Amino acid sequence: MSEGLHLENVTIQFGGLKAVSDLSFHVQPGGIFGLIGPNGAGKTTVFNMITGVYTPTAGKITFNGIPLPGHQPHQITPLGIARTFQNIRLFPSLSVFDNVRTAMRMHLTGGMGQALLRGRTWRESEATVETDVMDLLEIFDLGKARCEMATSLPYGDQRRLEIVRALATRPKLLLLDEPAAGMNPTEKEVLMRLIQFIRDKFDIAIMLVEHDMKVVMGICRRIVVLEYGVKIAEGTPAEIQADPKVIAAYLGTEGEKG
Amino acid sequence: MEQFAQQLLNGLFLGSIYALIALGYTMVYGVLRFINFAHGDVFMLGAFSGLYLNRWLGPMMAGLHWSISLTVIMLLSMAICAALGILIEFLAYRPLRNRPRLNVLITAIGVSLLIEYTGQHPAVFGATQQSFPALIPANNIALTSNLAVTNTQMIVFVTVIMLLVALRYIVMKTRMGLAMRALSLNPTASALMGVNNSVVISFTFGLGSALAAAGGILYASLYPSVEPFMGIIPGLKAFIAAVLGGIGNIPGAALGGLIIGVTETLVGGYSSVVGLPTGYKDGVAFVILILILLFKPSGLLGKTEREKV
Amino acid sequence: MKRYQAQFALLAALLISFAVSQFSGRMNDYYLDIVLTAGISVILAVSLNLVNGHTGQFSLGHAGFMAVGAYGAAIVSIELGPQLQRIFGSGEAGVGISFFIALLIGGICAALCGWIVGVPSLRLRGDYLAIVTLGFNEIIRVILQNTKPDGVFGGALGLGGIPATTSIFWAFGAAAVCIYVVSSMINSTWGRGFLAVRDDEIAAGSMGINTTRYKVTAFVVGAFFAGVGGGLYAHQKGAINPEGFNFLKSVDVVVMVILGGMGSTVGVILAAIVLTVLNEYLRDFEQYRMIIFSLLLIIMMIARPQGLLPATLFQKKGRAA
Ligand SMILES: Nc1ncnc2c1ncn2[C@@H]1O[C@H](COP(=O)(O)OP(=O)(O)O)[C@@H](O)[C@H]1O
Ligand SMILES: [Mg+2]
Repeated sequence: MSEGLHLENVTIQFGGLKAVSDLSFHVQPGGIFGLIGPNGAGKTTVFNMITGVYTPTAGKITFNGIPLPGHQPHQITPLGIARTFQNIRLFPSLSVFDNVRTAMRMHLTGGMGQALLRGRTWRESEATVETDVMDLLEIFDLGKARCEMATSLPYGDQRRLEIVRALATRPKLLLLDEPAAGMNPTEKEVLMRLIQFIRDKFDIAIMLVEHDMKVVMGICRRIVVLEYGVKIAEGTPAEIQADPKVIAAYLGTEGEKG
Repeated sequence: MEQFAQQLLNGLFLGSIYALIALGYTMVYGVLRFINFAHGDVFMLGAFSGLYLNRWLGPMMAGLHWSISLTVIMLLSMAICAALGILIEFLAYRPLRNRPRLNVLITAIGVSLLIEYTGQHPAVFGATQQSFPALIPANNIALTSNLAVTNTQMIVFVTVIMLLVALRYIVMKTRMGLAMRALSLNPTASALMGVNNSVVISFTFGLGSALAAAGGILYASLYPSVEPFMGIIPGLKAFIAAVLGGIGNIPGAALGGLIIGVTETLVGGYSSVVGLPTGYKDGVAFVILILILLFKPSGLLGKTEREKV
Repeated sequence: MKRYQAQFALLAALLISFAVSQFSGRMNDYYLDIVLTAGISVILAVSLNLVNGHTGQFSLGHAGFMAVGAYGAAIVSIELGPQLQRIFGSGEAGVGISFFIALLIGGICAALCGWIVGVPSLRLRGDYLAIVTLGFNEIIRVILQNTKPDGVFGGALGLGGIPATTSIFWAFGAAAVCIYVVSSMINSTWGRGFLAVRDDEIAAGSMGINTTRYKVTAFVVGAFFAGVGGGLYAHQKGAINPEGFNFLKSVDVVVMVILGGMGSTVGVILAAIVLTVLNEYLRDFEQYRMIIFSLLLIIMMIARPQGLLPATLFQKKGRAA
């Protein structure tokens, strides 16, 4: 029962605004889970609460039985949760290689002492990191760009690099915040397959925030719909598509982009 | 007991000047989210404008009541410094809009040093201390047998109160004040709602600098000697006052200023009792800063602001 | 051999400065003084660069840490010097070991202060640190000035009679160690965390990087070397006073870091040397020196914030690491 991610009656308030109220859902290990809703519904805020960037005002969040609120982001990542950001946040002064390398840092045992001594253990662990990073980059077709500055990559590659960087922390749950934003239909098609590939190859759960219904309905096993911070529906893609409340929410906001 | 009350009063007068300077820091922080390091130097420029204006205009106003010449000199200095503040923002800070905060901070330090060292040049103010004229006639007002305030202290206090009321009126009741508040809440939204952010930022710098100038003249009236580096320490203490009150929060800055002034004066008055050198009172503000950062970084009246991610 | 490149470079630098040091007796005292000052400036600039450049924080109190190190080391030399030399001998080696201990103690005192100042302020945004460190700089000065004139700290007049032990070997040897430590820290998977913290704290946190710990580490290491630099300075001049470590001394170091390029070790080393020499030439124009420096800060930030010799200039092509 406690396996996976649990949210129970989670609420967060910014001043007078309840960005998320009384939200509960459960993400099981190993599946793609969709979180959708109109712009401003509170999806990114949910990610921020899970990863420790924000602390909920009330409610419980647990991952594999461990309560998350009150922990710093850097304490939550080692539990096996990694994320990407809606507005890409790569490290602009670092190369593609180094962007991924920083995420490997967590799995190093040695710190400052080893870096200063530069002995055998240090050299070996640096070599391991290098191969691990290169392997990951090759899988996602970014190996050739390893020396480029991360922010000089084309937009789509930056989105992909952010996913690679998140995967380098070796998560059990990967949170993707609008990975298809700004992509054309062909690119979205490729991305859908990539997400499914990640789930199978790394055997992890993925939680996806996305506006494109085709993407969401195409790959998600379960979907939660938020509107004004409140859950208005939860179910399989077929159930969601037939739900009159969801249709109303989406018709009401048609034309808006997020 | 009466000695304590006397210290308290002295602290209050000093604190009211810190409050005046602190307002400039807080307002600029509110609209631009950066620490205007050069604010303490505008305070210094205010004192020097007072000095020179009195030298030039003094003879002309010789027949007038001192309160009229004080008002004239004060208003002119405020106008000069407001113009300087706007100029500084325009030349040094505006080209850096949307650049990393660190770059703006470094520029502000550069501006501060530039003002101080240009002032120190013999062709400008010179490095030596100059005595500040008594714009307010010295006169003790005895409250009780042992408790007295000077005329200057009373005038300082009354002037600060008047300026605070005027500021509150501007911020709460005028269109420009509304625009300032909108900008400090959300720059993008305020621009979308038709606020000309650049004009509001200029106005904020002008307003803050005018208050600093008034603070400069009042400070120099209490401690009548001026030199080009006189702004550094009061500026820092006023900044700490702004942080203590909650940076970006206008009543907070005023409160913070009073607290710093009073604490500092009390420590200065009583440190010999516990066997510490009185020189330590200059360190009090920094100890307060460290404590507030440790225990309540958002300040006494400030709200925690969470960066949107 | 390539494996131990960094260690060999350090060893070579130590040997060369030792060798050069043997001939420094023939040097004109005036030039020797400038050379020593340049070496100390390199230490100060490279260590401040770790904080302000690589980690993206902003310390304005380097001179405060320098003061702690200078007084710490000087007091050890003055008060404990005879005892130390009784233990280690009063020959060249004994004097060297005693000096090393004095520098180390000075550095550790400074590092300790760095930790006390850093922990509360580094949790917050960068510009608070600037004020806190500036305040720390002032507090140290105020405290030193208010000590008893006949006590160990010497009050406002400061300390005199410090043995003039700082030689080319000590100044440049310490500079080499400082450069080695900072570059080894940065050039490792662990050390890339500093740059990540500078670039984006939120993203760094989400990658499992403990941002506060990195910032505090950078700050403490930076303070340590500022303290060592202060110790060398004290044993170069033979006398120190609180005024010598005021805010403007901190600004001097900041100018070196900004001119060289924040985050660029090579750039900052060159800037430290060039500015030290330039300062000598500008002595006759003291009135204009700080006006020029402050204008330089403003113009650099507007026109070339990355510095004259930015880090990107030195990145090796074809190697990611
Ligand atoms: N740090 C914050 N401070 C104040 N309001 C916030 C903050 N973060 C998010 N919000 C508000 O919460 C609501 C939900 O935002 P968000 O989670 O970004 O929506 P979504 O990702 O679904 O588009 C919005 O109204 C937003 O303005
Ligand atoms: Mg969002």
